[in-house]
Amino acid sequence: MHETIVARSIFSAVSAKAAELNARPISAKISCGQLNPINDEILKFAFEAAAKGTVCEQMKLEVVHIPLKATCKKCGKGFDFDIYSPACENCRSEDFEIAPDAPLLLEEIEFEDT
Amino acid sequence: MKVKLNKKILGKNDECALQNRTFFSEHNTLCLNVISSPGSGKTTIISRTILDLKDKIKIGVIEGDIKTDIDAAKISQTGAPAVQIETRGACHLSAQQITAKLGAISAADLDVVFIENVGNLVCPSDFDLGEQGRVVVLSVPEGDDKPAKYPGTFAKADCLLINKIDLLEHLEFDIDKVIKDAVKLNPDLKIFQISAKTASGMNHWYNWLVCSIEAHTPKT
Repeated sequence: MHETIVARSIFSAVSAKAAELNARPISAKISCGQLNPINDEILKFAFEAAAKGTVCEQMKLEVVHIPLKATCKKCGKGFDFDIYSPACENCRSEDFEIAPDAPLLLEEIEFEDT
Repeated sequence: MKVKLNKKILGKNDECALQNRTFFSEHNTLCLNVISSPGSGKTTIISRTILDLKDKIKIGVIEGDIKTDIDAAKISQTGAPAVQIETRGACHLSAQQITAKLGAISAADLDVVFIENVGNLVCPSDFDLGEQGRVVVLSVPEGDDKPAKYPGTFAKADCLLINKIDLLEHLEFDIDKVIKDAVKLNPDLKIFQISAKTASGMNHWYNWLVCSIEAHTPKT
């Protein structure tokens, strides 16, 4: 995933909300799926660069990685699909149905209480 | 104080992608996003497809490259309309760049628009361009470990073209492994083994393309 573009996009969304509420943001929660995963370290680094000298400086980013859900067609068991080693956790079958991947979301922002 | 947003982070890209998808649907034109490493043969496959199907379907091409209009010039030699986008450093096309070129495409006259993405097996797969289908090209010299190494790109594709199969006898490339790894990630993936140079296997790809046009564009 393109962490710099993602960081800038988060920065502009948080800045706009901060201006609207006239409050200082403390943290933001991001979630992503497995097919468009985020590298947390690079995202945080890129966000720090974007936020420097602004109301967003010092705020923390939390990234939640949402598993891709799959159902085995052989044994029927549901499991978290590992795209780097895809197989049913129960019977090791490689025949399964995959659910839609989670989108890349800015879930919530925490602001300082005024 | 916590504020719930649940806002899509690449929302701007997605808004443009929706605009592009609507544009192509309204013109009954199938738009395919073609993704691969540099040098896999995307331009050669598209050129040959244009020439071989010129009596059956009308094809237009949007070319994405970091620099130069070399590929658009190659496509123009086939007689098909081609629009070049120079990304000037960006390693993928984004939906906004396609939106900006919609006016330059006479979509009403076209059955298919291929968007040839910047040669890169990683980044392009994260950006929806408003296409109705994705074609990934993997060529034999690149090696048989690519689906395992770049799972996101193969997981999000509709069609995989394994190109340059005329080189199989010269190189160590386990085609069964490629197919097995790709299908594990994407059970619905259509896979064709082709050589755009010798024309081997191209008919299967053409059949898929014509069927996809019929499925997406209810022309009478």
